[in-house]
Amino acid sequence: MAYSEKVIDHYENPRNVGAFDKGDPHVGTGMVGAPACGDVMKLQIKVSDTGIIEDAKFKTYGCGSAIASSSLVTEWVKGKSLDEAMQLKNTQIAEELALPPVKIHCSILAEDAIKAAIDDYRRKHTAGDAGEAREARREAA
Amino acid sequence: MLHLPIYLDYSATTPVDPRVVDRMVPYLREKFGNPASRSHAYGWEAEEAVENAREQVATLVGADPKEIVWTSGATESINLALKGAAHFYRERGRHLVTVKTEHKATLDTMRELEREGFEVTYLDVDADGMLDLGAFERSLRPDTILASVMYVNNEIGVVQDIPALGELLRSRGVLFHVDSAQATGKLPIDLAALKVDLMSFSAHKTYGPKGVGALYIRRKPRVRIEAQIHGGGHERGFRSGTLPTHQIVGMGEAFRIAGEEMAAENERVRMLRDRLMRGLMEMEEVHLNGHLERRVPHNLNLSFNYVEGESLLMAIKDIAVSSGSACTSASLEPSYVLRALGRSDELAHSSIRFTIGRFTTEEEIDFAVQLIKGKVAKLREMSPLWEMVKEGVDLDTVQWAAH
Repeated sequence: MAYSEKVIDHYENPRNVGAFDKGDPHVGTGMVGAPACGDVMKLQIKVSDTGIIEDAKFKTYGCGSAIASSSLVTEWVKGKSLDEAMQLKNTQIAEELALPPVKIHCSILAEDAIKAAIDDYRRKHTAGDAGEAREARREAA
Repeated sequence: MLHLPIYLDYSATTPVDPRVVDRMVPYLREKFGNPASRSHAYGWEAEEAVENAREQVATLVGADPKEIVWTSGATESINLALKGAAHFYRERGRHLVTVKTEHKATLDTMRELEREGFEVTYLDVDADGMLDLGAFERSLRPDTILASVMYVNNEIGVVQDIPALGELLRSRGVLFHVDSAQATGKLPIDLAALKVDLMSFSAHKTYGPKGVGALYIRRKPRVRIEAQIHGGGHERGFRSGTLPTHQIVGMGEAFRIAGEEMAAENERVRMLRDRLMRGLMEMEEVHLNGHLERRVPHNLNLSFNYVEGESLLMAIKDIAVSSGSACTSASLEPSYVLRALGRSDELAHSSIRFTIGRFTTEEEIDFAVQLIKGKVAKLREMSPLWEMVKEGVDLDTVQWAAH
């Protein structure tokens, strides 16, 4: 399958691969997809006290387009507020990476992953208590 | 100096052996005659070449040259064998038997026969890809007319027990077709001893050209089939159409070389395959697909757990291999062959088929091992599944947010 240059660039030099401590109250974790489908994305954000995403990390099991989509999203959300990051649409990812129709699901997965990470962070902060936050995260996963 | 990408996909197709090319070229240039032309020397010369090639093909598989019919390749041979026999013997019965791990050329032809009113049983294989003889026997009914089994599986390289199946089917009066597209030059075939009625061959899997194949049709006891392509009555009416002399000459020469060099070549290829396997299986969580011993020496099919196949293919683009993951299709279906072995979707998605051949070198194998080890490690570093496994999470207990 022919990939766009941007997909190949993100695939060969993925940005922000790694993990944060899931228990850290500043961290939100989103994990979406299923191994049986061939894609699992884990996206994490580190949020400042003022509600800005300071840093993002990902790990992805999936095809080149899935890896590129998650790498791109970690770049895009850095410096954004949570509300701004919630506005991110899969179509923007698909367009930027010039994904073919059979790979659109990769961009949808990346959008789902960032939303799941934000939800996880927000749940931690409404729940308040660290123990409950861990429960919430487990449910999200 | 290595030529990249390194070709490790010999079961997809093989390069034409240079000796074969040299034999073919005169039949494109000065010896261009139509083998069906009876009235001049151009035709006689072409006909002689075709008959010589027919003998070369027959010799490799222990057949009589009169039992060999030229086709455009294994897919056409399989279509002709299955449809041709089913149509001829339809009054005798309507039940056919095959296996879930067959090539699409067989499975899709069987589906077509189902549409025509035949009933087909698709047999399971075990976790190693092997057929169970008892289950095979139990699948036979009084109205079973034909069974079709591949000698060597194209994805996992396993060799079915064709001699035993032949004995069973002959004793039950069921015709037996064997798809040998992947078998020629890989294992000895003796149709004088095998109780096989129809056998399909391809040239381009055995260092011959694409676009030519053959069908063996047994004469004693005689097997009847109905032609599927009608025209000038070529090939005694079994398959009309002007014979492609240069292709046929190429197939003959390729099969002659296979017969002469198979034994030595297989030992060399086995040594390379084992070297590749040893190197790659030094890593954790690498699983072999298909029976280890009952397979051709050319094939190695491995699943690299927690790494997705398509991204692995992309990472190892300096080697040309096939993946069991069909992530590019809309259905995201992994290989039906690996699924039939009971492999999980994850393992099926992470599989790579390496097939080694005549021109593979030790240097190429060592390069492939180093490349794959490095890339698998990098992709696992990037894999959330690998991270969870390393944290001690049992992935089977995770509730995945399916999409």
